[in-house]
Amino acid sequence: MLDNFLIRAALAGIGVAIAAAPLGCFVVWRRMAYFGDATAHAAILGVALSLAFSTSTIFGVLIVCLGMAVIVSNLNERGMAVDTLLGVISHSALAFGLVAVSFLSGIRVDLMAYLFGDILAISMADLIFIWIGAVIVCGIIAWRWSALLTATLNADLASSHHINPKREQLILTVALAITVAVAIKVVGALLIASLLIIPAAAARGFAKTPEMMAGLAMIIGSVSVLSGIQASLIWDTPTGPTIVCCAAVIFGVLNTLSRGMRG
Amino acid sequence: MSFISIQNVSVKIGGQHILHDVSLDLSKGEILTIVGPNGSGKSTLLRAIVGAIVPTGGQIKREKNIRIGYVPQSLAIDATLPMNVERFLSIPKRATKTQKQNALERVGATNMMHKQMTDLSGGQFQRVLLARALLCEPDLLLLDEPTQGLDQPGSARFYELIAEIRAELNCAVVMVSHELHVVMSASDRVVCLNGHVCCHGTPETVSNAPEYRALFGAQTGGALALYRHEHDHGHDHHHHEH
Repeated sequence: MLDNFLIRAALAGIGVAIAAAPLGCFVVWRRMAYFGDATAHAAILGVALSLAFSTSTIFGVLIVCLGMAVIVSNLNERGMAVDTLLGVISHSALAFGLVAVSFLSGIRVDLMAYLFGDILAISMADLIFIWIGAVIVCGIIAWRWSALLTATLNADLASSHHINPKREQLILTVALAITVAVAIKVVGALLIASLLIIPAAAARGFAKTPEMMAGLAMIIGSVSVLSGIQASLIWDTPTGPTIVCCAAVIFGVLNTLSRGMRG
Repeated sequence: MSFISIQNVSVKIGGQHILHDVSLDLSKGEILTIVGPNGSGKSTLLRAIVGAIVPTGGQIKREKNIRIGYVPQSLAIDATLPMNVERFLSIPKRATKTQKQNALERVGATNMMHKQMTDLSGGQFQRVLLARALLCEPDLLLLDEPTQGLDQPGSARFYELIAEIRAELNCAVVMVSHELHVVMSASDRVVCLNGHVCCHGTPETVSNAPEYRALFGAQTGGALALYRHEHDHGHDHHHHEH
């Protein structure tokens, strides 16, 4: 069954969607959307570095993403506005990454595959890797769920329960870096943030509790992946972007519906 | 026995001395109110007790495994975060439905269970925050300007409620407030803070202290006038009854 590239693609996409959904909820609640973008852009630099040192891509992406997170939180503490900071770091990491890739003359790099993903070319090894990553991310989020939620509500409230808000922030950052590293093959660096944010945003209108929002986001993300793959086959469009288009359409429909129900 | 001991605590944030050399002891079952002008470090002191701020000097000794019920000054729930009252009361520890119902009843916020937190009025929101703090079975209840946005009768009722809860749980209560006259009557001890401890003692001692009068006499003439007015009114009422 797994010999079929379509089934591998679907399973890979669902794996990423399931890991991205609860994490994406936190990205939305904590207003970290731009941070997700920056992490994903920095991943391109990670790809370039790992190709240059001929190590595994995942490894390079993880290191660069974590490094970026540390730089951002340090500079932020010195009083620079975080959106400016992320704008600087996100785009410079992307630019440096693209320039670095061009230096790699010996190796043929399919840049498009890293920027927009190549879900139909997912190998069995990739699939296993994606699911291990997804399980780790979901495990981290499930383990820290209550603490993360408390810290998201109010940092002082978290402190009063012996929860260190800075540690929870770091845990989220690590989970984000892992997600980016595993998702880069599926939707590519430029569209990863959309799989984090769009399903979560689409789920908001129908959710009464945080858990319900995360669960709905998982379903919406998976439906987007499946319908995106289907649509890209029918219209012969690039699969990664088509998945994001499907998620966007679902967001539009659900958002209108929930407004209608409330109004 | 004092179960929280604040010893010569100083806090410096961004090169600014917010608190210097603050010492305080807190005993079980007492209500301590911190008053002081804006920027006097009241909230900072509370956040240091909570553990959200590490003092730059001195130390805060807490009894081991102390359970703190904290009611923060403001809790802005992001519009993107769905949170009904029932779920909120389980933060961070799951509580049973009966426990939640009891807590809501205790603070006079029944029938709120399924409302979204963002749909509550100011007074309801404060009561739900208090209910959540009670579910932690606190040894220490910390309230940072809990009656912000409530009218005078509303805040008077709120402080009555706090006094009742203290009597039931025998927990210590530390409150920060700017409503001097209402709060004073509900406290066992008052600390007047202005970067340092200006004066402290029973509400009567503090309100008669020259340091306190120097701080508030000049700055909040309006509030004191209002206080006198209400006070007179109360006396009149008494006279009628006589």
